[in-house]
Amino acid sequence: MGSLYFLIPIAVVFVALALKLFFWAVNNGQYDDLDTEGRRILFEDDARDQPAAGADGEK
Amino acid sequence: MTSPPCYHCGLPVPAGSNFSLVIEGQARDLCCPGCEAVASAIVAGGLDGFYRYREGASERPEPAQSLERWAAYDLSEVQQQYVHDWDGGHKMAALLVGGITCAACVWLIEKHLAHLAGIEKVSVNASTSRAQIVFDPAQFKPSQLFAALERIGYRPAPATAANRESVIQAEHRGALRRLGVAGLGTMQVMMFAIALYFGAGTGDAGEFEGFFRWVSLLVATPVVFYAAQPFFSAALRGLRARHLGMDVPVSLAIGLAYGASFYATVSGTGEVYFESISMFTFFLLLGRTVEMRARHSAGLARGGLAQLLPITVARYDGDETVAVSIAALAEGDRILLRPGDTVPADGEVVEGESGVDESLLSGESALQRKFAGSPVYAGSVNGDSSLIVRVTAAGKFTRLSAIERLVERAQLEKPSQVALADRVAGVFVGAVLLAALGAFALWWQLDPSRAFWVALSVLVVTCPCALSLATPAALASATLRLQQLGLLVAGGNLLQTLPRINRVVFDKTGTLTRGEPRILQIVLLRTGWDEQRVKEVAAALESQTRHPLARAFRAWRGNRLASQVKVHTGRGLEGLVEGAAYRLGSGGFAARVAVVPPAGGGQWILLADNSGPIAWIALGDKLRASAREAVQQLHRLGLSVELLSGDQSGEVQRLAAQAGIANFRAGASPEDKLSHMQRLQREGERVLMVGDGLNDVPVLSGADASVAMMSAADLAQSRADAILLQGNLQVLPQSIALAHQCRRIVRQNLAWALGYNALALPLAVSGLVPPWAAAIGMSASSLVVVLNALRLSRARVPVMNALSPLPGLEPGLAD
Repeated sequence: MGSLYFLIPIAVVFVALALKLFFWAVNNGQYDDLDTEGRRILFEDDARDQPAAGADGEK
Repeated sequence: MTSPPCYHCGLPVPAGSNFSLVIEGQARDLCCPGCEAVASAIVAGGLDGFYRYREGASERPEPAQSLERWAAYDLSEVQQQYVHDWDGGHKMAALLVGGITCAACVWLIEKHLAHLAGIEKVSVNASTSRAQIVFDPAQFKPSQLFAALERIGYRPAPATAANRESVIQAEHRGALRRLGVAGLGTMQVMMFAIALYFGAGTGDAGEFEGFFRWVSLLVATPVVFYAAQPFFSAALRGLRARHLGMDVPVSLAIGLAYGASFYATVSGTGEVYFESISMFTFFLLLGRTVEMRARHSAGLARGGLAQLLPITVARYDGDETVAVSIAALAEGDRILLRPGDTVPADGEVVEGESGVDESLLSGESALQRKFAGSPVYAGSVNGDSSLIVRVTAAGKFTRLSAIERLVERAQLEKPSQVALADRVAGVFVGAVLLAALGAFALWWQLDPSRAFWVALSVLVVTCPCALSLATPAALASATLRLQQLGLLVAGGNLLQTLPRINRVVFDKTGTLTRGEPRILQIVLLRTGWDEQRVKEVAAALESQTRHPLARAFRAWRGNRLASQVKVHTGRGLEGLVEGAAYRLGSGGFAARVAVVPPAGGGQWILLADNSGPIAWIALGDKLRASAREAVQQLHRLGLSVELLSGDQSGEVQRLAAQAGIANFRAGASPEDKLSHMQRLQREGERVLMVGDGLNDVPVLSGADASVAMMSAADLAQSRADAILLQGNLQVLPQSIALAHQCRRIVRQNLAWALGYNALALPLAVSGLVPPWAAAIGMSASSLVVVLNALRLSRARVPVMNALSPLPGLEPGLAD
């Protein structure tokens, strides 16, 4: 049971790290548009129609 | 009608119009030249996948404007407002894009712009309708951006309100961060608390009690000082304003419980309530965040409109016109107004003759004839031919600004609403504090060592969690449901005011009608002609004018070609169609002799050639498909319905009769409308105002509750409590029904929360409630309240939908 004195602080540190990650994600705009990004994967880029110039327009 | 709807916008294709395009290997019918142009631009860019991906029909586009109209956005003083510097010599333009309906629109815009030369990066946010485009100023001009967006059917505007947006964004992100801290903190503290509940008493785990308390304190501290901070500052603001809102008991409960638990941890005595505090904070934040998101989405959607005034104007310097920013206009300047231009300032016509649409200001839908010497007002739209105007008042001296000032005054006089929960809160705080003091005094006599802890448990147990969630949770869930139905709620009070409404006042222009002229009827006067031919010839003649009535003929444009078209302002036009000369316009003009139009509603125009009249065409605004049904349902809900219009013409009577409204009033000025409404309010009526024009703005702000149409003027929307998104008027009775339901739920919630507190209070006073029971009781009562509120978001609103088709599929032109 003594290990609790060691394990619980580690858990708290992990929570702090998770929060930091969450803050980063929020500040980075990851939650700004919840509607679009989830669907984006469904739209294929039709390479046959797009000239190469189009593909590297977005960096 | 059996023909399929327009492939682009989903509206019915009128019989006899023949616009079509091969999309994804199949010929598709389109309804008008606007849709055809947009669809072909999309297909030509290889982006026809858009039609596969999208989830609903697109907006019906207006025919594209010439590139030169966008040129104003290249002026450096205009660019300053929406273009910012970006790394590497590039610039970033912030645009507001109207017409974004789903994620596929984002895909289309990003793909379409990305393969233009000079565009570096495009990011579009569908939920805010904002686009940020990084471009190379050496290769690309902002005006090309506007033109490119318009080509694929969207309505771009510079996002000049960027400041307010960044405030909204910061608020939104802050709320999410707080929610994250409170959520994670609650989970951790709960974990330790459960260990304490089950282990603290028994000898084996007892040694950890102090340790768990210290860790809980560590985790709960950021929850209190960071996540719960908005409650403290709101409570402080409330106290300064001498107003006991719900935030006061909330802050008191959090603050005292935290302070006492802190003391208990440090001194190793008493009880700790860290888990109750964290959970309480988390639940409350959750409710408020949902409510805030709904409010923000309303605030952002309302930016997506045409601006009231143009940003630049063609001013004469000598004999040449130069484009200058509207802010630079001064009294005495001479300006050129082309057909379709919005008048930027009050002035007097110097040269030219034209019809001007003043409906935004006066509500009058017919064009006003203007000639040398007539006054024109900022905000009205020039109709059919060019005018040269001398400016008499610009900026804040215009009539438009006078209306804005009227708005501010009306808003001050608006009947104030006190939220039910806030009224309860004042009494509640007093009662709880008295009870806690009483318990303390009582136990001081019995057992002084327990007095403090019993008083504290009274405060925590009666913690106003369920009480303070009761209203916001129900409001948030009803707001979301309304948004699904098509009503965007912007003012927090709307849901609380709606159930008390007993009179609905409509403004005619654009609320009951579709705001677009239609062909109502054709009376043929000559054998050998059929309706189709009349429509095609008229459409050919009208194809080159910007007269508002010309839009009625849009669908048949291009079937025949006209040449040498000449506009006679205020009377009509003449020209050659396939070699024959025709005239179209008022009876006297077209037939060259006085003739009497047939009886019947609408505005009659005559098509004639040199050998005499051919056909009468009645044009008019059609009632929205949902109007009649909506009025009936409002009557069924026991509300009186009234039509209050600024329109002078007999149209008001015709439309009122069609919609089934017996009580109507025509020719009311903005001042008349406001005083009429204030008289109603003095007589004890509670008025819901539905409007869209600028002339409605004062009355919208003064009404007990107000709804603006999506197509309404920006100012009208910003003053209204809610925005009707799809123009489906049936949403109004639905919303009122839902608001009644919401009020019922709020009352149930309040009753439950107060009942729970009434039950828990005596137990706490008698010292029978340990911390774990307080935590369970509190969270259970909060959950009951939240789950009860969630019933609203799934509420099936009683509608008689059988009679009305979907909003996008209203019966079309030729039915």
